[in-house]
Amino acid sequence: MASVEFQKVTKSFGTFNAVTDLDLAIGDGEFVCLLGPSGCGKTTSLRMIAGLETPTSGKVLIGGDDVTYLHPKDRQISMVFQDYALYPHMNLSDNIAYPLKVRGEPAGKRAARAKEVADVLKIGDLLDRLPSQISGGQQQRTSLARALVYPSRVYLFDEPLSNLDAKLRLEARSFLNHLQRDMGMTAVYVTHDQAEAMALATRIAVMNKGQIVQYAPPIEIYRRPATTFVANFVGNPPMNLVPVDAQIAEGVLQLRAQGLSVPGLPVTPGIAAAIGRAGRLTLGVRPEHLRIAADAAGPRLSGKLFANENMGPEKLVTVERPDAGRVTARIFTDDEIRLAEDVAFTFALEHLTLFDAEGLRIPLEGEA
Amino acid sequence: MRLSPSAFFARLGFSALAALIGAFFALPLIWFLFAPFNARAELGLALPNPFTLANFAQVIQNGFAMRGLLNSLIQAVGGVVLVGIAATLAAYALSRSSLPGKGAVTYVLLLFSSVVSGSAAMVPIFLIISAVGLIDTHLAVILVFAGGLLPTAMFILRDFIDSIPRSYEESAMVAGASPVQAFFDVALPVIRPGIVVVVVWAFVNVWGSFLIPFILLRSDELMPASVAIYSFYSEAGTPIVTLLAAYALLYSLPVVALYLFVSWKFGFRFFGGIKA
Repeated sequence: MASVEFQKVTKSFGTFNAVTDLDLAIGDGEFVCLLGPSGCGKTTSLRMIAGLETPTSGKVLIGGDDVTYLHPKDRQISMVFQDYALYPHMNLSDNIAYPLKVRGEPAGKRAARAKEVADVLKIGDLLDRLPSQISGGQQQRTSLARALVYPSRVYLFDEPLSNLDAKLRLEARSFLNHLQRDMGMTAVYVTHDQAEAMALATRIAVMNKGQIVQYAPPIEIYRRPATTFVANFVGNPPMNLVPVDAQIAEGVLQLRAQGLSVPGLPVTPGIAAAIGRAGRLTLGVRPEHLRIAADAAGPRLSGKLFANENMGPEKLVTVERPDAGRVTARIFTDDEIRLAEDVAFTFALEHLTLFDAEGLRIPLEGEA
Repeated sequence: MRLSPSAFFARLGFSALAALIGAFFALPLIWFLFAPFNARAELGLALPNPFTLANFAQVIQNGFAMRGLLNSLIQAVGGVVLVGIAATLAAYALSRSSLPGKGAVTYVLLLFSSVVSGSAAMVPIFLIISAVGLIDTHLAVILVFAGGLLPTAMFILRDFIDSIPRSYEESAMVAGASPVQAFFDVALPVIRPGIVVVVVWAFVNVWGSFLIPFILLRSDELMPASVAIYSFYSEAGTPIVTLLAAYALLYSLPVVALYLFVSWKFGFRFFGGIKA
């Protein structure tokens, strides 16, 4: 196991910068997810760790060694590909043992080790089959087995679960989490699925347009999203964002938007710095922190009922606010909920997050 | 399902027409299969009567013609090996490398190849081969064919390789393989169906070609079957139909055998392993 580090790494394809000035340090034994929409540079970053892309400038370090220009074969890494990249002409045993074969291990030892890993992954009785003769989930586990068959310094995952159906994906996710706990491997995991990132990562690097927007443990990302981009990307459904007019009068902050009613809030230095005396802010509140208002008391956010989706243990209630923005609440109840056309949500003030005009989160009192 | 009368007659008419067209195209093939076994074969179609193998016996005694089949084989196999190896390596490089202008190279080559192996270039080809001192050798024929077929072979193969995900080789290299190992262990077996197609195509091209060996070769011992077939014409230039038919059948057998062998051994197919 080893640490991984990006130092001022830029990768351009022609005039397009896939990754710009990336600085990222991944500790030994950490499981870091690179999370972001397609085209954000997360896969390119992963491929630079693998050596499949060479940075245009900057350095990539594995275990403190500069590997920027080292050939992939000399990096002692493993990688699970999105399309699995199983060799169609080899049976599973040969597929799994291929990394041992190129390292010159004798055939008997290779087969034994392949069997050992395959048994752990519950594909031990399929070793004579060809990749085309097994199911998608089994193919995925075969590619995982090939990555685990020899000790690597870093394990790389390029959206390994995105081709599985929903149920298998959950299973495979739990297994990866278990594996991480078991082996304490250094892993870099690329995904666009925030749930996967939340479930697996010790730290998440949220990327957008070739840069890291926030790099923090999952719970931190969830609780204190650094920008509206992160807020909107993490969470299922993501954080509700409501543009508001903000004004400081008589020492309290007044927030105004159609359908919103919030009492005056204390003015923190962060808020004062963000708006001066008045300005535009974005108010964020997570769907799971909204409740249906039973009476007229407390802060509220209201609109016309747009959708009421039953998810089993929870209901997703979406309303359309007068200025056409939508707000979704996760209501945890087993009971059917009957709603009038006008719906009001309420929430606790401590669950509010405020973002400035640039979309950066305004720190709370006492935060750095 | 019941058809309405109009639909029934429309389908009947269509089938009759299709049968007629099919028969029209099948006639030469049927002649080709029947005539060799007919002692009195003519250009008209007739059932072999009496059925005989005498035509073949006589053809086999023609040493020049038999030698021609062997020469065809030498030249075709030589050309195929050269084209197969060179096209695979070149197409792989053109597909996977990031050379600037590699697309243009392929298209220019393709453009010129139709000229190079065409009859328009026969004079310069003859002069070049003559200057190199290869006139009247198998090697001359093999080289000229390789040069003529390579660009198209490269083009076909490059397209084929382009359609194969790079993650095959990438996963091999991440696993510790050198580029050469990744090519032989992983890429080559995956590309094989494409190579097979090119090999069959090149074989058929060399096997059936008349002009190039006719011009580049001098001695009877080197002439391929496509040239030797003219030994079944009389002095006056009229074909001896019985022998010609028998020899033509022999001449076509290796190609048929190649197709059967390839489709049995490799199959003209592609196998999965990449999850799309």
